[in-house]
Amino acid sequence: MLDFVQQLVSGIALGCVYGLIALGFVLIYKATEVVNFAQGDLMMMGGFFGFTFIAMLGFNYWLGFACAVLAMALFGMLAERVVVRPILGYPQFSIIMVTIGLGYFLRSMAGIIWGTDDLKIDTPFSTGVLRLGSLVLAYDKLSVIAATVILCTLLYLFFNRTTLGTAMRASSENMLAAYYMGIPVKRVVSIVWAISAAVAGTAGVLLAPITFVHSNVGLVLGLKAFPAAVLGGFGSIPGALVGGVLIGVIESMAGFYLPQGWKDVAPYVVLLAVLLLKPEGLFGLHVRKKV
Amino acid sequence: MSYFRAENLSLHFGGLKAVDSVSFAVEKGEILSIIGPNGAGKSSIFNLISRIYPPTHGKIFFEDQDITQEPAYDIAKLGIARTFQNIELFENATVLSNLLVGRHRHSTTSLWQELLFLPGVRSAEKVHRRRVEQVIEFLDLEPYRDKLISGLPYGVRKVIELARALCSEPKLILLDEPSSGLNVEETDDMSFWIRDMKSELGITVLMVEHDMSLVNRVSDRVIALNYGKVLAMGSPTEVQSHPDVVAAYLGA
Amino acid sequence: MRFIFKTDYEDDIRLLPHSGYIWTYGTLLVLLALAPFMFSSYIMSQIVFVCIYATVGVGLLILSGFTGQASLGHAAFLAIGAYTAGYLQQYDVPFPVYFLGAGLLTGAVGALVGFPALRLQGIYLVIATISFAFIVEEILARWESVTHGNEGMRVKTLSLFGAAIPRDSASFYYLCLGFLILIIVGTLNLMRSPTGRAFIAIRDSETAARSMGVNVALYKVKAFAISAAITGFAGVLFAHKMTFISPEMFTLQLSIEFIIVILIGGTFSLHGAVLGAIFLVMIDPFLTYLKDDMPGIIAGVAATFGASKATASNIQSNVAAFASANGLKGAIYGVIIMVFVLFEPLGLYGRWLKIKLFFQLFPLYKRATFKRQKIYVKSERNR
Repeated sequence: MLDFVQQLVSGIALGCVYGLIALGFVLIYKATEVVNFAQGDLMMMGGFFGFTFIAMLGFNYWLGFACAVLAMALFGMLAERVVVRPILGYPQFSIIMVTIGLGYFLRSMAGIIWGTDDLKIDTPFSTGVLRLGSLVLAYDKLSVIAATVILCTLLYLFFNRTTLGTAMRASSENMLAAYYMGIPVKRVVSIVWAISAAVAGTAGVLLAPITFVHSNVGLVLGLKAFPAAVLGGFGSIPGALVGGVLIGVIESMAGFYLPQGWKDVAPYVVLLAVLLLKPEGLFGLHVRKKV
Repeated sequence: MSYFRAENLSLHFGGLKAVDSVSFAVEKGEILSIIGPNGAGKSSIFNLISRIYPPTHGKIFFEDQDITQEPAYDIAKLGIARTFQNIELFENATVLSNLLVGRHRHSTTSLWQELLFLPGVRSAEKVHRRRVEQVIEFLDLEPYRDKLISGLPYGVRKVIELARALCSEPKLILLDEPSSGLNVEETDDMSFWIRDMKSELGITVLMVEHDMSLVNRVSDRVIALNYGKVLAMGSPTEVQSHPDVVAAYLGA
Repeated sequence: MRFIFKTDYEDDIRLLPHSGYIWTYGTLLVLLALAPFMFSSYIMSQIVFVCIYATVGVGLLILSGFTGQASLGHAAFLAIGAYTAGYLQQYDVPFPVYFLGAGLLTGAVGALVGFPALRLQGIYLVIATISFAFIVEEILARWESVTHGNEGMRVKTLSLFGAAIPRDSASFYYLCLGFLILIIVGTLNLMRSPTGRAFIAIRDSETAARSMGVNVALYKVKAFAISAAITGFAGVLFAHKMTFISPEMFTLQLSIEFIIVILIGGTFSLHGAVLGAIFLVMIDPFLTYLKDDMPGIIAGVAATFGASKATASNIQSNVAAFASANGLKGAIYGVIIMVFVLFEPLGLYGRWLKIKLFFQLFPLYKRATFKRQKIYVKSERNR
């Protein structure tokens, strides 16, 4: 029983990691209907920025954290301006390909600039565990869970309660109509990329003690976060969190209870099963085209 | 027995009754128009007939056969073709291939024959091509034959949609607002074609239309609909002078 | 400029519309037939890869380009073809049998994948195909009695009717080329028949296709099956070319490469698959060249512009370090993808058409002919 709870908790912690990255996917999708395949790599960049500020330049952890997130926000805007803006409004497939290209480029460049060794950032959470009875929880994992829940709530409120959030949803529904209603669509898209990159940056820095900073970390985690976002129903912020936690728990349980090899496949098997029954994910909207 | 019959047809979206037990019949060779204010459920009836939505209640009969449970693609095979309110053409294909898709219900060749393009496929293609050419001639589409749809103006697209439906050699054609977005001359052309379809090609027409002048010119009978219910049925003049119809339109 | 007067329905059906095409493709065919006598064995080996990639490209075009069903799982179909060949070969099954068997099996798997994919749209389909590919990859790694797991599998030399066809022989090249041509002609035939038109119809409007009598589900499954079968056939040739197959050869990376092939070539025409394959396969020789020769050349150029000897050698070593940096290939891939989507959305074949039009219309060609129009997208969610 204790094993089960321990697995469950570590699954949830892992799931929050996925959820945090999935959140970035969902944000961009919600506001622009673009799937950003480079999201994991933005997270990886966040980790490297954090490493640069904290370990290389010797900033205080929190200051370095803030700098890394800010730098990522700017980086997100830059990426949007250079590769996404010119083809804004083109079919989804074009933009997906551009972000795949961006991902390749970032991975490779990070490897060239920062090297291919595993890098590590010392954080206030790096050591220490929380003991609840015989249950053991590492602080670094708890920090991820807390950050995910806080960010999810904030962004959910942002999208549903603020004017800017509504503007973002409007421009994803119909860009031209949004333009005519006076919504500065380009700026909105730019802002959402900044937010999404900042979320990815946060994830990158928080994950640094858990996964280390490496140029391929984004690809590996991104490929898990992506099913998480789909499972939750692309475009749903709570869905990203739920999807992430589900994938995390499934992975963790499968790794413990099922034969070797299932750990990596189980999330995808479950995802396929869910898509069979609910093609729009758990929280996705099912809409039909009107003819 | 009527040629085409809808019995107590209903379509409910949750509490909203888009179509509320509508019954009507279409006789062979007539032109029947459905009129009504926006949201009256006119297009929903078409979507029920072409099985885009399954009806909540009711049955649809065509040539005395219950077609309520037929899959959507079989409706065309039975000889019912349709056009769409907001044009649904195959944007990135030429006019010719759009029209050839209309011939799909007549294609009998198998995948293997097509991969090798055996003589059977070739001669079948020529037959399709000749039929399409007849429709092109009927609707004066010659200048656009090899053009891509994405580059054509709205009025032409509207005609191409009609042409695509005609290419399937339907017995019954459903026209969803054939004149919407057309200018006066184009609407005139449309009214001639609709009448020719009836007289020359012997096609039965069921049509949803807002333009009353077009309705008056072509229809044999008219059904007026509001809030998913039939208000009146009869000749164009009868229906237009019916007090409920006047009330529905003028809001009195 | 050539004007074509059509006098017969045959003019619209013919594969080669006029004599110009016959000359062009005839010449190309002769050149391809003579290729083994003109090029080094290294280049020939790359050309064989071009043929295999182009075959997969054609398969992927049928599914993604013509039917509009995106797939990031084609590496799995290639793997199934390759492993079927490797497995059956152990039991001395003759080549024609396991070649056909691999294609049919992969086609059947493709149809099976097609069924769940029926209800999925856009991004959901992409993730479903990725998931499928991951699962296949994992099965290959774990089903050791058949696949030898991560150790991989050796593939014996191809033997056809008792004659051995080694992987670097001219015969092997002719085999791959012949198969590619066969697939291209078959696909062209398909696309001028009702099935091909149904595919296009599904891509552009499922609702309209259905109301015209197209059984959308059936044709989607057909598209999946055909696409997978072609990829499976290519997998057999791939296995023989590599002589060794293991699960890590068939990763998501490979699926993305296939997408790059059709994207760079142009997604609207079969020419695209071939041009894209040429481009992708030739990146490797180009990178080798970059590594070996570029530093010297750049240093030479710097020297002629008056750089001192020390600076020149400094530049040379810097450039060499950059060119041989780990993972530079990834960056180049990334840049190529982005440049093509941003500046050449119609791909290499689109560029070729533009150049052709320029000469046909000379001097009347206007830049604006192919200028991108501003597009305002509407939600693709409610399709």
